[in-house]
Amino acid sequence: MANVKRGYVRPLDLKQGRVDLTHGSGGRSMVQLISELFAKHLGNEYLGQGNDGAVLPAPTIGGRAGRLVMSTDCHVVSPLFFPGGDIGCLSVHGTINDVAVMGATPLYLAAGFVLEEGFPLADLARIVESMAQAAREAGVPVVTGDTKVVERGKGDGVFITTTGVGVLPDGLELGGSRARPGDAVIISGCLGDHGVAIMSKRENLSFDAPIESDTAALHGLIAAMLATGADLRCLRDPTRGGLAATLNEIAGQSGVGMMLHEKAIPVKQVVAAACEFLGLDPLYVANEGKLIAICAADDTARVLDAMRAHPLGREAALIGEVIADDHHFVQLTTAFGGRRIVDWLAGDQLPRIC
Amino acid sequence: MKYIDEFRDGELAKNLAASIGAAVEPGRSYSFMEFCGGHTHAISRYGLSDLLPPTIRMVHGPGCPVCVLPIGRVDMAIDLALKQGVILCTYGDTLRIPASDGLSLMKAKARGGDIRMVYSTIDALQIARDNPDREVVFFAIGFETTTPPTAVAIQQAETEGLSNFSVLCCHVLTPSAISNILESPEVRQWGTVPLDGFIGPAHVSTVIGSRPYEFFAEEYRKPVVIAGFEPLDVMQAILMLVRQVNEGRAEVENEFSRAVSRDGNLKAQDRVAEVFELRREFEWRGLSVVPYSALKIRQKYAAFDAERRFKLDYRSVPDNKACDCGAILRGVKKPQDCKLFGTVCTPENPIGSCMVSSEGACAAHYSYGRYKDAA
Repeated sequence: MANVKRGYVRPLDLKQGRVDLTHGSGGRSMVQLISELFAKHLGNEYLGQGNDGAVLPAPTIGGRAGRLVMSTDCHVVSPLFFPGGDIGCLSVHGTINDVAVMGATPLYLAAGFVLEEGFPLADLARIVESMAQAAREAGVPVVTGDTKVVERGKGDGVFITTTGVGVLPDGLELGGSRARPGDAVIISGCLGDHGVAIMSKRENLSFDAPIESDTAALHGLIAAMLATGADLRCLRDPTRGGLAATLNEIAGQSGVGMMLHEKAIPVKQVVAAACEFLGLDPLYVANEGKLIAICAADDTARVLDAMRAHPLGREAALIGEVIADDHHFVQLTTAFGGRRIVDWLAGDQLPRIC
Repeated sequence: MKYIDEFRDGELAKNLAASIGAAVEPGRSYSFMEFCGGHTHAISRYGLSDLLPPTIRMVHGPGCPVCVLPIGRVDMAIDLALKQGVILCTYGDTLRIPASDGLSLMKAKARGGDIRMVYSTIDALQIARDNPDREVVFFAIGFETTTPPTAVAIQQAETEGLSNFSVLCCHVLTPSAISNILESPEVRQWGTVPLDGFIGPAHVSTVIGSRPYEFFAEEYRKPVVIAGFEPLDVMQAILMLVRQVNEGRAEVENEFSRAVSRDGNLKAQDRVAEVFELRREFEWRGLSVVPYSALKIRQKYAAFDAERRFKLDYRSVPDNKACDCGAILRGVKKPQDCKLFGTVCTPENPIGSCMVSSEGACAAHYSYGRYKDAA
């Protein structure tokens, strides 16, 4: 019995290897993928428990019990690697931001991977390393996860779902229904970087724009804003559908209108130019590291100062105000001197023809 | 953005607005049709009408390629994708045009049709090269601006011997549409649509020049100003039209002298003439059947004509009865006059074609101008 030889297990070939169906079948290959890739990069004391779920200490904030905030986000971005980031760091940032905009301190992440048969392990390793780095920098560990493999043609390389948990102090209430007429509408920086960076790499559309995705975790910036004690009503990250979708959502939830000022809305020249020739409107293009803040008008300067002192809020700007409007319209005074509605996006933004 | 911001300058706009305000004669009203959807879009997006005196009314014309494409033509494309199994390539907005049976190309795609959005005919040719075992059809729509690239693609396919590539040609002509509007009883006999002048689309004229409009100006005594698509271009064109009307002139003037000449792009015109010939008639949404208003592929290039290759027959399909797109495209009604506008017909669920493209009169008013109805 003592003479049973330890079997040799060939390590994962992270250079030439590919995901195959056995990596999702529950056998040794799957254990190997988890230990040599996921656990290696994402490992921590909770993930290391190796059970079906992670046992976590009850969250406290400032030494007192707080309320839990939980959010989940699926990531299906294509291409998987884009200027300024990849699906790995994006899946960490996106969920941290969804927890943080509630005013909560993000504590833990869970990650689910759907891998397509044939996907290069080298690419998967890059993605997991990028996730690990993003989680480390944000100080929010991945404490549990799951992996499934689907047949070739039934997925698009990698899909990642992340779930985040955070803790919210008693007394702090942020939400989309709290905007009131007179409140200030603030944006943390330039719009449209992420969407344009992605589009610049789509297969039928490659163009060379010196632009990188803005993907970033915003909980540090948000903590700095909360520390001012300003009367913040609502924070949101304007991802899909851009600024327009997010503000229409808040206007509807709060039963108010908004009046924005085009001249005040920061958009990088290169993004504006790309949108111009693609026939897109930067107000509808996705962001992954920007924040919209609605706050009491009297606190505008305090909030802006705190934001501009943080690296992710240096270009923060007051872009408009909340107004009373039974139709809940988001409107815009154009730089040209006219006025228009900034409506919900209908379907996808499709280029106009001639 | 250099060369763009200059044409969107708010200060210059104020000056131009003041000049227009000073030029309009008291007690006189002015109705101008901006033919092209690009102008409709610019007017709405920049809130341009807020800068005009109330006596100037802009009538939105039929120059939105998506809006004037009749249901029957979209049905042909859907048929190709779903029944003939071709790879159907087309420009972005076309995907959303409502067709028969509650379908659109977008919905046909969800049902398994291989329908791909392309940015240019070059992409469609590449798809044909990459898929030699599949039939690839480019669903070609648009006015004179998009016609030369289609002509070049067909010639390129011939040169390369790309035998799996063909074109479903639905290209239409601006001058025929304008004369159809000018001949309509609402304008000519009843005068229910007052039209004092036209803003002509600059992009079309970069190809065909300004000469084709000289006939209208003379025959119908209507001034035409060919204008670019930046908001200051449109303002300047309006000022030029007001002056012509005041002085009793009916001339073709060129606001877009930075790219438009009287003769246009002769090389492009030659290519178009080599590949296409006039169709005897073509059905437009809103204008119904208009003689000699569209192009078809010449016999010489018959092998690249999807209508011939797949033996497609055109079947006319009437619009939804309650839909006023026809009257709106002719300038007879405003979007708000339609019962469906903003109720069952919205950009998310367009019933009529004017609600599809942001260049369409209904979509432009819905997405950008609805606050005016609320006031």
